[in-house]
Amino acid sequence: MSEVLRARDLRMTYGRDTGTVHALEGVDLDVERGETVAIMGPSGCGKSTLLQLLGGLQRSTRGQVWVDGRQIDALNERALSRMRQRAIGFVFQAFHLLEELTAVENVELPALLAGRSPSAARHRAAELLDQVGLAEHAGRLPVSLSGGERQRVAIARALSNDPLVVLADEPTGNLDSVATSEVLRLLDGLRAAGQTQVIVTHDARVAATADRLISMRDGVFVEETRLDRGPSGPLSELAGLEG
Amino acid sequence: MRATVAAGGQASHGIQLGVVQEVLLALLAREPSHGYQLRAGLQLALGPLADALKEGQVYVTLTRLERAGLVSSERVGQANQSERKVYDLTPAGQQRVVDWLADTTWPKPAPAEFHLKLVAAAAAGLADPRRIVDAQRNVVLTELVVVQRAALSEPPLSVAGLLLEGVVLRLQADLHWLEACARFWAEPAAPNRATSREDGHERSAARPRPADDVRA
Repeated sequence: MSEVLRARDLRMTYGRDTGTVHALEGVDLDVERGETVAIMGPSGCGKSTLLQLLGGLQRSTRGQVWVDGRQIDALNERALSRMRQRAIGFVFQAFHLLEELTAVENVELPALLAGRSPSAARHRAAELLDQVGLAEHAGRLPVSLSGGERQRVAIARALSNDPLVVLADEPTGNLDSVATSEVLRLLDGLRAAGQTQVIVTHDARVAATADRLISMRDGVFVEETRLDRGPSGPLSELAGLEG
Repeated sequence: MRATVAAGGQASHGIQLGVVQEVLLALLAREPSHGYQLRAGLQLALGPLADALKEGQVYVTLTRLERAGLVSSERVGQANQSERKVYDLTPAGQQRVVDWLADTTWPKPAPAEFHLKLVAAAAAGLADPRRIVDAQRNVVLTELVVVQRAALSEPPLSVAGLLLEGVVLRLQADLHWLEACARFWAEPAAPNRATSREDGHERSAARPRPADDVRA
């Protein structure tokens, strides 16, 4: 089976009694190997919750999740943590870099935690920083990097253990237009290289990097569109050149 | 703008003539040029959008501009080659360029028609405004994806990339507004949706049922 992620009837309820919030109300999802899926919806629609359940950062109220064919709902905390380390790369809106570590130290950290040798971890981290165009910034602290550069470091860190899937939560949410373009180029490059990705976002531009777009509202999927890469016919109409 | 595309089912005749006229005049403001030089300048500025520039459109436009007295031309012989026309601005052409640069006319977005469509659909109980919004959002989103992908294929600091970014940002603004429409018409107290519920009777069996039960 080439499915990297599978979810069935995922539900998530926060609170109890009268104060309950239904963040997810029954979501089914299959993500194929090498596929990039964008999940779009307004804030509060449940998309971040979904990502956390898919990555084993939270446990669902109901429903099942399989990662690489293995059901994760019943795993104990330790096994779940190992699964996350091995299979999942996380990218967050607020980067979540460790401020006291340099760029390369941030990137190598997941590999070190997974038990790789320091030299192998450093070698891979240097490769990844080069891949995201930040080789010359390896020794710099996050504070001296721009927002776009920090997110690129965070993406390199997410790739540190060669994850089966990258889960990105609003990766352009804190970025200006130029930095957004940098990150979109990077995500699009990863897609082209066959990296499986699930990206939740309210930024429609991110959808351009996806093979499939799912619209979400009020805890359910409402629409799904396959975004084929055909000829870009209506470009000049859209730019107001023809009409 | 976008709303008028293909309104009459007519085939496109290339880039709007007005735009090409003004740009050609402006490109001539620095120095006299051959037609092919002007065409190359336009192609660079438009990047992937230059496909819209039909073969011969530059020459046809230059001929019209010459007839209108805005450019003049002179046949210049070239070593080992046939004569080629070199175009130059006339004083009237120069004045047109000055006017064009000072012109602050800006194409307006046109949300009123869509807004009224939603209001009318709700008032007449013809359709759930949210379905209309969803359909429209899908169209705009697909358009945005097309343009953003073209933008991603441009190298950094591409002049055509800047144009594509402008198109993306406008489509993004449309999407933000459609989001606001979706939120508004999802409110149980939105105008006319409440009224039709108070009526308490179905107007027509064929009337699409507002999907209130999706999220009561």
